[in-house]
Amino acid sequence: MNRTKPLTGELASLRDEILGYATDYGLTFYPVMFEICNYDTVCILAANGGFPTRYPHWRFGMEYDQLNKGNTYGFQKIYELVINTDPCYAYLLSSNRFVDQKLVMAHVYGHADFFKNNAWFSSTNRKMMDVMANHGTKIRRYMEKYGVERVENFIDTVLSFENLIDMLELVKPNATFDTDQEEVDIKDDRSQALKSFMRSKIGKPEEVEKVLKDENPLDKLDEEIRGGRDIMRFLMDYAPIEEWEADIIGLLREEAYYFLPQRITKIMNEGWASYWHSKILTNKALRSSEIFDYADVHSGVMAMNAQNINPYRIGIELFRDIEYRWDTGKFGKDYLECNNMSEKQNWNKDTKLGKEKIFSIRKSHNDITFIDEFFTQEFCERMQLFTYKYNPRTGRNEIDSRDFETIKAKLLQQLTNFGNPVIEIESANYKNRGDLLLRHVHQGVDLDVGMTNETLRNLYKVWKRGVSITTQVEGVNKIISFDGKEISETSESK
Amino acid sequence: MDHPIKRDHARFRKIIKGKIRDNLRKYISRGEMPIPKGDGQFKVPMPSINTPRFIFGDKSQGGSGQGEGEAGDPVDGQGEPGAGEAGEGEGAKELDVEMSLEELAAILGDELELPKIEPKGKQNMQSTVDRYTSIGTVGPDSLKHYKRTYKEALKRQIAMGTYDPANPIVVPTKADMRYRSADTKIEFENSAVVIYMMDVSGSMGDEQKEIVRTESFWINLWLKSQYKDIEIRYIIHDATAKEVDEHTFFRTRESGGTLISSAFKLCKEIIQEDYNSNEWNIYPFHFSDGDNWSMEDTNLCLKILKEDIIPESNVFCYGQVESRYGSGQFYKDLTAAFGEEHEDVILSKIKNKDAILGSIKEFLGKGK
Repeated sequence: MNRTKPLTGELASLRDEILGYATDYGLTFYPVMFEICNYDTVCILAANGGFPTRYPHWRFGMEYDQLNKGNTYGFQKIYELVINTDPCYAYLLSSNRFVDQKLVMAHVYGHADFFKNNAWFSSTNRKMMDVMANHGTKIRRYMEKYGVERVENFIDTVLSFENLIDMLELVKPNATFDTDQEEVDIKDDRSQALKSFMRSKIGKPEEVEKVLKDENPLDKLDEEIRGGRDIMRFLMDYAPIEEWEADIIGLLREEAYYFLPQRITKIMNEGWASYWHSKILTNKALRSSEIFDYADVHSGVMAMNAQNINPYRIGIELFRDIEYRWDTGKFGKDYLECNNMSEKQNWNKDTKLGKEKIFSIRKSHNDITFIDEFFTQEFCERMQLFTYKYNPRTGRNEIDSRDFETIKAKLLQQLTNFGNPVIEIESANYKNRGDLLLRHVHQGVDLDVGMTNETLRNLYKVWKRGVSITTQVEGVNKIISFDGKEISETSESK
Repeated sequence: MDHPIKRDHARFRKIIKGKIRDNLRKYISRGEMPIPKGDGQFKVPMPSINTPRFIFGDKSQGGSGQGEGEAGDPVDGQGEPGAGEAGEGEGAKELDVEMSLEELAAILGDELELPKIEPKGKQNMQSTVDRYTSIGTVGPDSLKHYKRTYKEALKRQIAMGTYDPANPIVVPTKADMRYRSADTKIEFENSAVVIYMMDVSGSMGDEQKEIVRTESFWINLWLKSQYKDIEIRYIIHDATAKEVDEHTFFRTRESGGTLISSAFKLCKEIIQEDYNSNEWNIYPFHFSDGDNWSMEDTNLCLKILKEDIIPESNVFCYGQVESRYGSGQFYKDLTAAFGEEHEDVILSKIKNKDAILGSIKEFLGKGK
């Protein structure tokens, strides 16, 4: 059943027109395939992370339920979806007005350029459409073989440590996340049990010989893995699980790494796409009769929000700010060291480096470095940013500070490790009994206690021995452990 | 075939229902009730089913925002941004689950193993309903069924040998025409009326009323799922009784004495005036803390019950909500008069909120 169809008629010629502008401005991208579809289909695709098929899991159904409801009640609308693949697929909502489609197409070309050129996307598998479909097929087969409940429960468990991956893996030379094995066909249960046993003791088969020679293989292993952040990979390789379970961790890990670049470049990516839709539309594509409608949609997307920063807005404004600064020469040693306020204000060296600068930034930066390097005091004030804090006395969140340094630190902290706590492996032989010890690298914010306990329980299901994590709770170093029966908390002994 | 996500969706709904079922006891004893939304749907408060992960604690974290305001100004309650596009963001998700009355009743029925109610008097009331579910050979053009018509024509042409696969033109003739037509079905009307009576004298406190409110919600839910039409009447009483609306029923507090017979008399009158027991399934419920003014009045109550109320009703239910002041005497008197196990009388003691579920099962478990 075809739920989407290619562009025809005036939309097709609109696409050609926008494509022309985008190319003229110097954007480069893989071919962009626009498809048009109804709202239900957009919801389905969005719930599936943009892909037409995923592995079966109730969580996609939940997303779908919520997106659909959001539309019915009118507090949410998805205009488009764009998928980071080659060719790049983009889905347009059939009910969009003509001017909306214009905006959305220009926006999509912005994303497509970013996907292709940003360094953090360089290791992305651009054939992800097929990969996702294959994962679906594989997991469905596992479900037929081992039972839907069993496989689904295992997936639920794995999703619990889906965020324990290492961002730096993305830029390692020859990075690939494809750990696909031929589907394992088990006929003899005993041999499988033996295999699992071997995995549990000494890791991957090819390492067997090497490790056996060492006197204490587990201590040796500890040296190798300590400080590692790709915990999904670690569990896939070393946990005493069955082959199909390891395979599922591998599949989900590959998907997690696929989505990771988008999570660490949210501000830049949306900012870049918004910058270009605004530029293309206001300079080229808009007819005068469309200005109001365009302004209405654009301002909706750029709306400020007191509870969260809007990545679209911060992104586009920061790109514009950089372009302006590099066009007028407001950068570098001379400018920064100038103490004459009026001279600084009227600084105009006519350097005209703006365009070059923003293109080079979109090539190498991610959100953290983007904010760290280009977020200035002037910009912060112009954006009316603030930090807020929960006030236990009034029971609500209240504006805390408008101090530049505080805000910048808060922003960077929120972006660090894509907004997730940094968790490292400390030991796979904790207490000398094969327990797993993780370390939360505490950077000022405590872990959610309830969630931590539940996550430890899930990790135990995979590791099959005790799992502990060192962290800080209200300033006190603690070790939280789950030994298969109960959660216990001890203050860390130094 | 539908998109596979519909299966994920169905799976999600199933998990949700399981969750609600698991938590039903908790919901009921905490008095958390599904919120009716008007279109037969209910919004159910739902424990989140977020996947557990190592994440930052929520409240201590704070955040950054954008806009006007001085230090100390609140940032909550401004809602979401006006528009936005889907992203890979992972916010906290609050589950707001919708269930239809039937689904909720089914969960309640499953959990309590409630039998289906066998309505009485259904032979007496019947009505006919027309539903366009069948196909006829005559009818107006507006009801023409094109697909069936062309199917007939195709069949005829193949049978006659005039169908040419190379030039597949199918022309229906008059005899091929098919029309949607109505099937007349006889439906048995089953209507029910629930008459809630409650003692609102001083000894019934807020907690007792809360129990009655929760209990009546679930009883209504179940009865609504069992009957096509249902009416609900409310009577409050201290020394005198009056009929009130739902709002007043749960919020009135009087300080007078207690004459239960006043409520029973009014109940009897309502039944006699409005509800013919041949056509209606009648459910009188009485809730009190068990205190009555005098034995004399209790005897009068028993007389009204035996002579007027019980013969007309499917079942008479008495729920005794324990309170500090109540003696619980009325329960004893009823037990003495009807015995623990009576065909048409169900007595239940509700000690506290945790006992609500058990009490609902006692009332509805007989399938009356």
